[in-house]
Amino acid sequence: MPTSEIAGSHDLALRHQFVNQEQQRDASSMGMWLFLVTEVMFFGGMFTAYLIYRHANPAAFMAGSLALSVEYGAFNTVVLIGSSLTMALAVRCAQLGQRKALVGWLIGTILLGATFLGVKAVEYHEKWENHHVPGPTFNFDTAKEESTKDHPEAQASSKSVEMYFSLYFAMTGMHALHMIIGIGLMSVLTWMSWRGTFGRDYFAPIEYAGLYWHFVDLVWIYLFPLLYLIGRRHTF
Amino acid sequence: MSIGHVSPIRTYILIWAALMLGTIITVAASMVDFPGPLNAVVALAIATVKATLVVLFFMHVKYISYKVNIIVIVSAVFWLFLLLGMVSIDYVGRAFS
Repeated sequence: MPTSEIAGSHDLALRHQFVNQEQQRDASSMGMWLFLVTEVMFFGGMFTAYLIYRHANPAAFMAGSLALSVEYGAFNTVVLIGSSLTMALAVRCAQLGQRKALVGWLIGTILLGATFLGVKAVEYHEKWENHHVPGPTFNFDTAKEESTKDHPEAQASSKSVEMYFSLYFAMTGMHALHMIIGIGLMSVLTWMSWRGTFGRDYFAPIEYAGLYWHFVDLVWIYLFPLLYLIGRRHTF
Repeated sequence: MSIGHVSPIRTYILIWAALMLGTIITVAASMVDFPGPLNAVVALAIATVKATLVVLFFMHVKYISYKVNIIVIVSAVFWLFLLLGMVSIDYVGRAFS
């Protein structure tokens, strides 16, 4: 038993500024949810930009979507949902104080996260080679591109397709950055878990890293249909 | 000390299976021509169902112990819809665009 009931203790399960563990839990969980609200608004800005430019250039967004690989996107969706499952199981093991299983599920989450980033790197590389990365080398002629030349409704200026790809790289890039940060967090937590820092009465960092990881999964759940799928058919 | 709600492993597997099914349906639906803007509506509806499952079960919001947090979570959705909604009204309502 930890000495958490002693006032003024330096125990992680009950820092001295809290009356009891319940209060500490409530305070820290609200802090984490408030942080996630700011994250929703952060990505919300980019989703709003997407909405505006899609409304202004539906044909360009169709052309951009057609140039993406649904296979890569769907595969990554499956990988990321799998990583959410391993993360949920990691939190469960933390709740039950199962140290070795916790370490195992965290490592599983890291591996799936790394797989996602690996596929993303291959995708980015292909975009680079095809000159689909916005900037001085950007080139997308919808009348000549293999993916769009047979789609009369997807004919748009190179400039407007560049806007689509700017949003594509901004949104998936910020998402990937969140994944990289998440993997960093998980690595530290794996090490701490291995050392036995967490137990049944203290696992808040695992729980909140889990909330963060699921949030990043949520963003992708919207990015996948918006960027890869809905532009492929009717536009409006 | 309460460790919070511990879901059975079966629940997590079921939610995972539902999310996988949602992914398959959304890819399949993207290959069908629905009239008007329905493709986008269907894709976003499926995404929202998936997101709700993640929030309720993986993020444990269904079993949340500190009820004040529900206000915080709902505020995230509220502010996001305020942003998207106001911007949409502006752009759709413009006479010259």
